[in-house]
Amino acid sequence: MSDITAIDGGIDTAQEAGFGDYVALLKPRVMSLVVFTALVGLLVAPVAVHPYLGFTAILFIALGGGASGALNMWYDADIDRVMRRTANRPIPAGRVSEGEALGLGLGLSGLSCLMLGLATNWFAAAFLAFTIFFYVVVYTIWLKRTTPQNIVIGGAAGAFPPMIGWACATGGIALEPVLMFALIFLWTPPHFWALALFMKDDYSRAGVPMLTVTHGRAATRRHILVYTLILAPFALALALSPVGGPLTLAVAVALNLAFIAGAVRILRRDEAVSAADGYRAEKRFFRFSLLYLFGHFAALLAEAALRPLGFGGW
Amino acid sequence: MAIRVEHELHGRRRGRNHGLGLVLGAFVVLVFGLTVVKVSRQDEQGNPPVAAAVPAVADQTGGGY
Repeated sequence: MSDITAIDGGIDTAQEAGFGDYVALLKPRVMSLVVFTALVGLLVAPVAVHPYLGFTAILFIALGGGASGALNMWYDADIDRVMRRTANRPIPAGRVSEGEALGLGLGLSGLSCLMLGLATNWFAAAFLAFTIFFYVVVYTIWLKRTTPQNIVIGGAAGAFPPMIGWACATGGIALEPVLMFALIFLWTPPHFWALALFMKDDYSRAGVPMLTVTHGRAATRRHILVYTLILAPFALALALSPVGGPLTLAVAVALNLAFIAGAVRILRRDEAVSAADGYRAEKRFFRFSLLYLFGHFAALLAEAALRPLGFGGW
Repeated sequence: MAIRVEHELHGRRRGRNHGLGLVLGAFVVLVFGLTVVKVSRQDEQGNPPVAAAVPAVADQTGGGY
C-alpha cells in the first residue's frame, strides 16, 4: 500500500496500527497482576537477589505474560469479534493482523524465556516457558472452548508467576510458593464467574462454555461459594507459613470472611433480584476479588519488608 | 483533494517507529547493565557468586523465622 493512496483518501487510516496497539496486544492490565505477584514471590524468597537482576527478572516475566496475551488474542480473534467486551481489541478492530500478533507473541515468548534464563537461572526460564505453553495451548486452544471447567484449570497459568519469582531467587520450588499458587488458582474461578454473571450475553454469544452458559446461573452462584470456602484454608495456610506472619494472618482472616460473605450474598440472590439492581452484588464481589488478591500479596510484601526491622514474620 | 505534507497516517507511523526505537534502545541498555552486574559478581576464576540467604531466613534453622 503506497502513501499516495493514503493521502488520496483511498484507505481507511483507522486500520493503521499505532505503537499502543502492539502494547495492547500484551494485555497490560493482566500484566500488572503478573508483575505484582511475581515480585512478591521473588522478594519473600529466602535468597537475596541483586536488585538489578531482580528488576530484569520481573521485566521478562511480565514480557512472557504479555507474549502469552498476544498469542491468546491471535487464537481468540474470532470470538473477540463477537464479544462486546473484546470487540475493540487490536485484531478484531482490524488495526493489527492475526499474523502480526502471532509473530509478536512467539518472538517475545522466546526472548523473555532466553533473557530470564540469562539473568537468573534456567529452571525459572523453563518454568516461564511452561507457563506460556499452559496459557496458550492448554487454556486458550484446548480448554477454553471445550469445557466449563476452562477457568478452573486455565487459572493455573495466572497462578504460576509467584512461583517463577521464587524460582528466580532460589532456583527451585518450596511449600510457600505452592501456597501462593493455590491462592491465585482457587481465587480465579469465583473472580471470573462473578464477571460471567453480569457479562452473560458476551460469553453465550461467543459460544464459550462458561459455567453460566452450560450449567446455569444458579449453579454458578453455588460454585462461587464452594470455591471461596475451599480458598480460605489455603489463604490461612499461606499466612501461617514461614513467609507469613501476624499481619498476613489478620489480613487473610478479614479478607476471607468478607469474601465468603460476598459469595453467600450472591448465592441468596436470584436472576430477577440481580437484574433489578443491575447485578450490584455481583459487581461488588468482582471488584472486591481484586482487592482480596492484592491484599494477601501486599501483606506478604509488608511482612518481608518489616522482617529486617525486627517486626513481621513468625 | 489537496495533498497535505503531513498526513495523520504518517504521524501514527512515526509514533510506532519512535516507540520501537525506544524499546530497542532500552533493551540495549538493559543487556549492557545485565552484563556489568553479571561480570562484576564473578570471582577471579569466572565463577558466579554463591547465593546468600536472607539473614532472617537463615535463622530458620535455629528455630526462628
